[in-house]
Amino acid sequence: MKILVPIKRVADPDNANKVKVAPDGSSVTSEGLEWKLNPFDEWSLEAALRLTENAAEKSRVGEVVVVTIGPKDATQTIRQGLAMGAERAIRVEGDDAQLDAWQVASVLAAVAKKEQPDLIIMGKQVVDGDSNVVPQYLAELLGWPALNYAQSLTTDAEGKTVKAQRELDTGVETLEVDGPAVITCADRILHPQAVKNGVTPDDFTYPAIEGGRYATLKGIMKAKRKPIDETTVGDLGVEAAATVQYTAFELPPARSGNTTFVESVEELVEKLHADAKVL
Amino acid sequence: MTDILVVAELFEGKNRKTTLSAVAFARQVAEATSGAFDILSIGEGAGAAAQELTGFGARKLLEAEIAGGYVAENLAATVAEVAKGYQVIVATGTAYGKDLLSRAAGKLAAGVAPDISAVKVEGGELIYTRPMYAGNVIGHMKVTTPIEFVTVRQTSFEAAAPSGGASPVEKVAVQTDAVAERLRFGGLESVKSERPELAEAEVIVAGGRALKSEDNFKNVIDPLADALGAAVGASRAACDAGYVAADLQIGQTGKVVAPKLYLAIGISGAIQHLAGMKGSKVIVAINKDKEAPIAQVADYFLVQDLFDAVPALTEAVKKLAAS
Repeated sequence: MKILVPIKRVADPDNANKVKVAPDGSSVTSEGLEWKLNPFDEWSLEAALRLTENAAEKSRVGEVVVVTIGPKDATQTIRQGLAMGAERAIRVEGDDAQLDAWQVASVLAAVAKKEQPDLIIMGKQVVDGDSNVVPQYLAELLGWPALNYAQSLTTDAEGKTVKAQRELDTGVETLEVDGPAVITCADRILHPQAVKNGVTPDDFTYPAIEGGRYATLKGIMKAKRKPIDETTVGDLGVEAAATVQYTAFELPPARSGNTTFVESVEELVEKLHADAKVL
Repeated sequence: MTDILVVAELFEGKNRKTTLSAVAFARQVAEATSGAFDILSIGEGAGAAAQELTGFGARKLLEAEIAGGYVAENLAATVAEVAKGYQVIVATGTAYGKDLLSRAAGKLAAGVAPDISAVKVEGGELIYTRPMYAGNVIGHMKVTTPIEFVTVRQTSFEAAAPSGGASPVEKVAVQTDAVAERLRFGGLESVKSERPELAEAEVIVAGGRALKSEDNFKNVIDPLADALGAAVGASRAACDAGYVAADLQIGQTGKVVAPKLYLAIGISGAIQHLAGMKGSKVIVAINKDKEAPIAQVADYFLVQDLFDAVPALTEAVKKLAAS
């Protein structure tokens, strides 16, 4: 089974409140913040690694290829993916802050046509733009089904058919999909028994984690020797024009007022009743 | 003279109230541009659902009856075909709206303005406002393709009220899509609740990791929610741990809410959680740790063990209601 996992760097999402806007409102700057792997991409990569390994025997049984669009600096993000366990990587030279969803999807579609993966597993959204549009565009460009918001995935050993549960606002939907397909993951995909591939014993339980697996020292050393193909939007033959245009950015108004610390339940109820008038 | 198409959200053959936020957007844009809007009901039970939307000011109601559970691939080709007659296509930005509209937009190589919180008309163009970076940056943007797809944040567009009159209903041709055959719907398991929906609730009681178990969540959070007639919500940590169903998650990853009163109980207040609730009018935190980041947005903060504070608060609320 071969899985393509698109990944993107983002300004440290745990410090997203420190992101700044240029004085003329023309751009968002994340100076001083570390680049991190988009959390949804990290979870998707974890799911892809689980689908392509025999976890009981700690062996790889498939291939995971990570792909990013970004400048040379983005290689750091790729190395993280390789250190977690992906076999190889592709970096498409490009300005990740300037491309819109349609252009990103068009580039990823060109990469997918070359790579011919069984599945594409990706974050449902990138936590800077917060759009949740690219996966559906990508599936449409490839003529593939899309399975958004998966909380569990079960494949056969070849990854040709995927049984999934996905999270909608109205509940949890069960779907079966014939690949190749585009899949996006919800948070619950990290549950110890959420991913099954017909190779790792079904009763195998992964450790409970809040992100993707940590890269081991050995993994980090190995990652340095793993291949990274470099290409460009032009080499891929992608000429997609932008479909949206940002005209300005600003910081949101701060919540007014300060926090009133109260000592007791009685005082809280009194304040909510008499001052805030919400009880 | 903007022609707008609202895509209604159906669930079990009925319109979800979410639909009325997209209608509110459509009314606003139609008024500002002397245009008009139509509403497309699509999916299983669309015929009856379309009738429910008469009297909201639509020029006409379109129905496309398509059997089966929700799968975007079953619906997107029809949405895209109907969309060709309009400049703006809008749905509310639920999982359904985002999933379906992005797929339909892809068929037309059209741009999407996702999860917008406001719209204005400037020099004949629609300028959309949308939260980004977990609500820490506000972006202003426009769509540059002839057909624009938009999903609106439900809490930013108050549900449209009926305006009287009646709208004629028209059937539209259903388009099929070969790719749909590669997906098989296997059922939907929904948690039925008597409580208000999160996005519509005036009061929300939300619990976090500090509840420690599903039983504690039920025994501590639920009675307070019942006493207040509130909706129940949760942090990602509480949903991941299985204390409550995933569809109660509030935050960047889950639902965005803006009630009059939000009680954050045993929730530390990660940025991702704040993204989903900082638009609430009054925020109360109950937490042992007064340094918890929830203090950045809390109006009132009770520094106390939640297992002592919440049952006492429940009793106090009941007493107040009875007085």
